[in-house]
Amino acid sequence: MTVPTEHLLILAGILFTIGVAGFFLRRNLIVVLMSIELMLNAANVTFIAGSRQHSTAGDLNLDGPIFAIFVIAVAAVEAAVGLALVIALFRRRQLVMLDQVNELSG
Amino acid sequence: MQSANFLWWIPGLPLLGSIVAGILHFVELRARKRSPGDRTYGATAAWCAVAAVGAAFVLGLIGFGALLEVGETGTLTSASWRWIDTGGFDVNVGMVLDRLSSVMVLVVTGVGFLIHVYAVGYMKGDPGYAKFFAYLNLFVAMMLLLVLSDSLPGLFVGWEGVGLCSYLLIGFWYEKGFPAEAAQKAFVVNRIGDACFLLGMFVLAGLFGSLDIATIDAGVRGVLADPERQGQLALAALLLFGGACGKSAQIPLFVWLPDAMAGPTPVSALIHAATMVTAGVYMVVRMNPLFAACPNVLYFIGTIGALTALVAGSTALVQRDLKKVLAYSTISQLGFMFLALGCGAWATAIFHLVTHAFFKALLFLGAGSVIHGMHEEQDMHRMGGLRKHMPRTFITFVAGAAALSGLPLLSGFFSKDEILAHAFADGGPYLLLWGVGIATAAMTAYYSWRMVALTFFGQERFDVATVEPHESPAVMTVPLMVLAVLAVVGGALGLPAVFHVQNLLGDWLAPVLAEGNELLFGAAPPHMSPATEWVLLGLGAALALAFAHKGFHDYRDGTAADARFASERPAAARFLGGAWGVDKAYATWIVQPVKLLAFLIAVVIDQFAIDGLVNGAGAGARRLGMRVRRLADGSIATYGLWMGSVTALLAFLWMWMGVR
Repeated sequence: MTVPTEHLLILAGILFTIGVAGFFLRRNLIVVLMSIELMLNAANVTFIAGSRQHSTAGDLNLDGPIFAIFVIAVAAVEAAVGLALVIALFRRRQLVMLDQVNELSG
Repeated sequence: MQSANFLWWIPGLPLLGSIVAGILHFVELRARKRSPGDRTYGATAAWCAVAAVGAAFVLGLIGFGALLEVGETGTLTSASWRWIDTGGFDVNVGMVLDRLSSVMVLVVTGVGFLIHVYAVGYMKGDPGYAKFFAYLNLFVAMMLLLVLSDSLPGLFVGWEGVGLCSYLLIGFWYEKGFPAEAAQKAFVVNRIGDACFLLGMFVLAGLFGSLDIATIDAGVRGVLADPERQGQLALAALLLFGGACGKSAQIPLFVWLPDAMAGPTPVSALIHAATMVTAGVYMVVRMNPLFAACPNVLYFIGTIGALTALVAGSTALVQRDLKKVLAYSTISQLGFMFLALGCGAWATAIFHLVTHAFFKALLFLGAGSVIHGMHEEQDMHRMGGLRKHMPRTFITFVAGAAALSGLPLLSGFFSKDEILAHAFADGGPYLLLWGVGIATAAMTAYYSWRMVALTFFGQERFDVATVEPHESPAVMTVPLMVLAVLAVVGGALGLPAVFHVQNLLGDWLAPVLAEGNELLFGAAPPHMSPATEWVLLGLGAALALAFAHKGFHDYRDGTAADARFASERPAAARFLGGAWGVDKAYATWIVQPVKLLAFLIAVVIDQFAIDGLVNGAGAGARRLGMRVRRLADGSIATYGLWMGSVTALLAFLWMWMGVR
């Protein structure tokens, strides 16, 4: 039996909600970065689910997977830059908490 | 018409002299850095300048001689220079020597030469010696350009040039403060007249399509025949007269001339008595057909002249400053010249111009000699008894004063009485002007002799111990003597008809003035019987003698008469002392409002509105920034919220638009 598309969308929704909540509520930079990854992956799940929904046995729809691969690539870059920032910040200031990094605030 | 390119050298030589003197001034300034007392270059510059004017005088004489050869209406003309060439409207500037301009050239260079020589002595020791002669020569060059130019734009260049030199020379001692202000006043007031003159030229260019004086003179009849353009002709004449009012110090623009006495005395003599201020008179005579075509304008000119003569003459009665008396007297005599012009007595105006140049230059130079000998004292109340100390100055000054006051047989007597005779002969409304003129003539005699008495007679009202009046050196007194001779015999140029001798100047100028006379009077100019003329001459002589005697007698023993007048009629004394309150009226009604307007523009419009706009743009951007920066509170969550909500908003918008 195949998993119905609705379940996949609900999973994506739950993942995205967890990501948003983590992004807004947590102060640890690494956790915030992880939350962003979660949101991106929720989007990936949606893409894949949509693609599967529109595929038939003889005609595979590959738009979703292609997009998902792009998103994963971008997410990898984002993670690399983000972690580099976190390391640089920690080296200089011994900080990882977001609310302590507010020198440029208005 | 005879070609004569040497005419360009008449203004050219003084111009060259001016450049040489100017260069020497700078050389001297550099030399002074090494040896501070260096004066050698200045002396060289002075004699260069004198030689330039002398050479111009000789050229003027040569031109005069050539003019005698070419017949009555002949002229000498130089090659002309095409200044403005637009195809349809050209301006050519050339030099033309005719009978009128030859008289002016000889007066300007002749009197100018004497005054240059005098200035060599008068300005000795001044740190700006070479500069002074550079300016003075430039002035002579510009004045000669003015009188020789054959087109109005050329004349206007000279007109502006003499104004500039007048400004430079009035403010020659600018570091004293007041001369700088006086120079500015002269320049600004002249500017008003000059603007009128320019407008007049525009009207003429529209009417005649050319600004050549000969073309305009020849075209007046044609324009006059067209009733639609008569009004424009009168307007042009009026505007040109406005220019003359500024340059020749007539009501309402005379206020600059008394202040112009702040300049060195040779300047007062040359520019503000003998030559520049007569430029207006010359210009009107030059354009005589134009003015003759507008009798109403002419009567207006006569009225302004008579009023100016009266106002300035009565003001001269109470002045204490020797040079101020002479300044107001100059204005008054210029008024007489314009009265003559108003009567259509062109030749008489020039006659008075010439005699006035002689005796007023003499009086100013004499006053300069007195001031020089009295160590810069100008107040006549602190002079007196100087005839013992400076006999040569005294005798020549008396000759000048006698000529000015119109004592019989001296130059001023003939020229002034000829003016009054013309006013009388014209009759009708001109009789009123004649009355004003004769009253002013009486005042002239009075103040002339008051001046002589206060300066040279009576007690010595200065501290004999500290001030030692001394006679001036020969370089100053010799020009005085030459001018004194001219002032005495100058009347021979224009003896009245009843003497049954030739009126030299009148006959000489007649061909130049024929067109104007015919336009104005037709075939029959106003004529007087010899008996009337004798009576008028007698009246003039009697009045001059009586008032000269009274003026001399009142002040021979000191200044008591002035004090009595001031205490008995304080209001009148104040009124006359302030030149009928004209200066004060200008200060109240024009200068103050203009200053107020300037203040309004500076503070309200510039500082408040314009600066406010500019500064406000900056301050507004800064205030906006202060508000916007609160958005960046340093919390990633807030940024995310903004980002998310705006993205969601855009998404909804896009969907909504997409649905439609």
